[in-house]
Amino acid sequence: MQTVAVIDYGMGNLHSVERALRHEAPADMRVLLTSDLAQIREADRLVFPGQGAAADAMNALRSMGLDGELAELSASRPFLGVCLGQQILLDWTEENGGVDLLGVVPGRVERFPAHAIDAQGRRLKIPHMGWNVVRRTSEHPLWHGLPEESWFYFVHSYRVLPTRAEHTVGETDYGESFSSAIAKGSMFALQCHPEKSAADGLRLLNNFLRWNGDWR
Amino acid sequence: MLARRIIPCLDVDAGRVVKGVNFVGIRDAGDPVEVARRYDAQGADEITFLDITASSDERETIVHVVEQVAEQVFIPLTVGGGIREVADIRRLLNAGADKVSINTAAVHRPELVAEAAGRVGSQCIVVAIDAKRVDDDAEYPHWEVFTHGGRRGTGIDAVAWAEKMASLGAGEILLTSMDRDGTRVGFDLELTRAVSDAVSIPVIASGGVGELAHLVAGVVEGHADAVLAASIFHFGQHTVAEAKQALAVAGVPVRPVHKATR
Repeated sequence: MQTVAVIDYGMGNLHSVERALRHEAPADMRVLLTSDLAQIREADRLVFPGQGAAADAMNALRSMGLDGELAELSASRPFLGVCLGQQILLDWTEENGGVDLLGVVPGRVERFPAHAIDAQGRRLKIPHMGWNVVRRTSEHPLWHGLPEESWFYFVHSYRVLPTRAEHTVGETDYGESFSSAIAKGSMFALQCHPEKSAADGLRLLNNFLRWNGDWR
Repeated sequence: MLARRIIPCLDVDAGRVVKGVNFVGIRDAGDPVEVARRYDAQGADEITFLDITASSDERETIVHVVEQVAEQVFIPLTVGGGIREVADIRRLLNAGADKVSINTAAVHRPELVAEAAGRVGSQCIVVAIDAKRVDDDAEYPHWEVFTHGGRRGTGIDAVAWAEKMASLGAGEILLTSMDRDGTRVGFDLELTRAVSDAVSIPVIASGGVGELAHLVAGVVEGHADAVLAASIFHFGQHTVAEAKQALAVAGVPVRPVHKATR
């Protein structure tokens, strides 16, 4: 029996992710929400969600003993980062006065500029909250069956700035065009919330549950 | 481009949707799951449940409602009504709510907003503000925060209160005009614009929607980031899809009604 583990490191409400995965998982796949290292290491697929502050998240990962292992875990099986779980995969964030992150993907995490304006000249609200388009910039098995421009639900104040363009597979416009989906080998990560993005979001999760982890 | 959101609001009493939900051609029994599914299918961007249960014995039923809806509806769900402490918030989030809205409790104890944002994150905390206009000054109008369904004044200026709530960590403001609520003559656009322009967080306009043009005005003239309505959707007067069409025609970005991708 295949297992997908949602990594529970105490950062925010992870039940929504678990619930959406259960909705999409085939009958012979087990969905676990777990903080148990053995279960995490043995899982065939990993989902790494998260909400909250980056410093708290890194402390939580360190106290679980997972910080040194996540890079290898994300390279060895299909791995899906969501929201803060995406940001933590970069090198460094300016949040909380500057925090070193896991460095799976080279780049930084920065807050949206404070005084950005939209096309109508109105101030852009922070957090970036609501539905926005993810425009794919590169083919990927997780985009299978989704329109070129799909709508996803976002809620965040920081966004990733990967150093290398090859890691960006989807972009979103909010005052600027930012990297909203990144990928590297068996790792795929999104700033938005597929578990709250209706049919397109469920389709992406379904694709993840079928994906063998191959890309490029 | 970020879409402006349309949010149907359901009043839930002891586990059932009230205010006589009745879609065209469908006698609705008031089952929250059925109603939520239908709005989801019509393209609702979020759904808000307002727990108006008076009896504390029945308070737990909203948790079960959220659990059932969250199993089947995969868009953001907000729950308001009767929230007093962080433990109430946690219970609802664990049940499947994505956000909770706090109203009276924030007035009684503003620190609750900071505490809650610190524990569960600002993105989960909506502060609901019920505001009433308190002067006739055409140039510089003022609104006061009311509690207990608009019955009790607080003496607090609504715009200043919204700014304070944002600074304490609210992720969003749900702004209801008590002058307009239930009147069906449209949002208080001056109030909406005053609050939305004053804070850097999103503002949901509420209170007074009677036709689709009111939703458009809320966004275009009121500068609302999202619009909330109840009766125009409940009584089958309009679908959420029609509301989106009206916004789109006015040049407002909306998420198209999704088609099943498989």
